[in-house]
Amino acid sequence: MTKELLEGNFAMAEAAVRAGCEAYFGYPITPQTEILEWMSHRMPELKRTFLQAESEVAAINMVYGAACTGTRVMSSSSSPGVSLMMEGLSYIAGTEVPVVLIDVVRGGPGLGNIAPAQSDYNQLNHGGGHGDYHQIVLAPASVQEAIDMTVLAFELAEKYRNIVVVMADGSVGQMMEPAELPEMRPVTRIQGDWPVTGNVGRPPRVLTSIYIDPPAEEVYNHKILNKWYDIQANEIRYKEYYLDDADFVVVGFGTAGRIALTSVRAARAEGIKVGLLRPITTSPFPFSQLDELSKRAQGMLVVEMNTGQMLDDVRLAAKGRLPVEFYGRPGGMMPFPDDILGEIRRLAHTPLTTEGDPRKRWMDRVRTGELMLR
Amino acid sequence: MDTPQTEVQTVYIRPASLSGTPTHYCPGCTHGIAHRLVAEVLDEMNVREQTIGVAPVGCSVFAYNYFNCDFVEAAHGRAPAMATGIKRVMPNHIVFTYQGDGDLASIGMSEIMHVAGRGENITVIFINNTIYGMTGGQMAPTTLPGQRTTSSPNGRDVETMGYPLHMAELLAQQPGAGYVVRRSLHDPKNIRQAKKAIRVAFEAQKRGLGFSLVELLSTCPTNWGVTPREALGWLEEHMIPVYPLQDFKVIPTLAELKF
Ligand SMILES: Cc1ncc(C[n+]2csc(CCOP(=O)(O)OP(=O)(O)O)c2C)c(N)n1
Ligand code: SF4
Repeated sequence: MTKELLEGNFAMAEAAVRAGCEAYFGYPITPQTEILEWMSHRMPELKRTFLQAESEVAAINMVYGAACTGTRVMSSSSSPGVSLMMEGLSYIAGTEVPVVLIDVVRGGPGLGNIAPAQSDYNQLNHGGGHGDYHQIVLAPASVQEAIDMTVLAFELAEKYRNIVVVMADGSVGQMMEPAELPEMRPVTRIQGDWPVTGNVGRPPRVLTSIYIDPPAEEVYNHKILNKWYDIQANEIRYKEYYLDDADFVVVGFGTAGRIALTSVRAARAEGIKVGLLRPITTSPFPFSQLDELSKRAQGMLVVEMNTGQMLDDVRLAAKGRLPVEFYGRPGGMMPFPDDILGEIRRLAHTPLTTEGDPRKRWMDRVRTGELMLR
Repeated sequence: MDTPQTEVQTVYIRPASLSGTPTHYCPGCTHGIAHRLVAEVLDEMNVREQTIGVAPVGCSVFAYNYFNCDFVEAAHGRAPAMATGIKRVMPNHIVFTYQGDGDLASIGMSEIMHVAGRGENITVIFINNTIYGMTGGQMAPTTLPGQRTTSSPNGRDVETMGYPLHMAELLAQQPGAGYVVRRSLHDPKNIRQAKKAIRVAFEAQKRGLGFSLVELLSTCPTNWGVTPREALGWLEEHMIPVYPLQDFKVIPTLAELKF
């Protein structure tokens, strides 16, 4: 395969097709509609299933049904649509069936706007539907990563019988870059002892999220938590840049992390020993890597396209050992490399504290005009 | 003297499509009858091993324990969407949902309308007992005008609480529907007719003739606050005038089938 100029959304859709996705159910919403549109011709062309559902509520429940048969299945949406999917995702988690979801995050809350944002970090990484469960969340920063992570998402979903979300943002979804698509893989159905396929020659199978006896539900909760520890032990992924000798560490995921890399390079050119950690899996989160970095660095800067959601995870990892500062652009705005460079300089050249609330400090600087927004 | 020859004849046996697990339904509840009718039809059509059922949220939430075929359990009202997902990837299997009136006509209104609209080739068994059984007898979209429930203690006032929804009539209007009828479970004659309708509905699916639904008027003696026997009378007297037992949509190929 050679590199082609590809748009993120089309690239993720075609990557899913080539990863052997056999069924797609979705509902139009900007900035991910190109995924649905691509699937609408590509899946029938390959004699696979495509259906535009009446809502995201229905779409995720169609996905749930197809997943119960052992079919490789996915949906895609953007923030308001993903909110509607929370009920279905919780049931899917409660049934342990493998499902892949692409969320091309946009500005919120409410209807918000259609510009790139990272404001659904908490919803995807820490919460979402009701009940105790965790989903794997992958955060691409380029079209190539969006492709690779879509393929990986199917592998992880099936390996762990777990929900895997590719958390892109509007910019990864909409931008065009040279990237390489994977080879076409054959379509296969999962053969385990759980899919419902009709009980020919075996006792009936039931897939349900009900554990009506609290002790049984407790056991199930233990089971999926232990699975999560397995996932944590084996699947944490991240990218490191210039961290070997870094005194200062920038942490950012997805597009914010990618922009921050430009700033880190510029700061290095000025002689500031700064590096970048870009989580690839924001869930499971690279806690121990940040824990180690917090023991040897002098300060951290978290950069996000929201008002500081991953910030809480970084602070948890840093355990108050070093100052952690925050810089964010919420609402569909994107930071400029120069803005982050300014924050790196501040980190390196001004006295910092481990006291107080970094998010509040950032907000105060915005409010007073000390931090100019462009 | 010759000993008389006795011939042993099976007149009643549990259908192979029922698991034999005792149900948790209240005495006199017609959910059990509806289960048995579906099971008999699956047996007669010899499709048990090709069938995947979708249980709802409601009193029949554990339907999967009582049937002897593969089953999944949906979120409240979403059974038609889940069934769609299954049917689209298993088009040669028999896929059916079993749903109460709160599940189908209230929270799941969107999902049921759209499976009918798409002509989704699934079968829906719709239990209309005019009430939310599982949560303790609150008003359903199917509750009759004036009917007392735990959330319409003075009777359903149509001025503020609206009118009952007629789901079979509504769904039959969709071009994607192949078979939509209403039957009742209040006496043996009607039960036999209900079974015939269930058979036709599953035959419709087997032949790929589009969406099929049998609405079954059912009793909830517990939440109606009457005895099982009174409940049967109440159904006949009060429900049938509001919910006529009719064929609302029978496409011609099906009309010719005789069972
Ligand atoms: C999202 C959601 N809302 C509410 C409930 C609570 N609930 C459980 S069963 C039910 C009503 C079921 O009534 P119906 O569908 O008429 O079935 P029946 O119990 O009468 O057979 C409700 C409201 C729920 N489980 N999930
Ligand atoms: S509450 Fe009503 S619908 Fe539910 S099992 Fe009892 S009688 Fe049947």
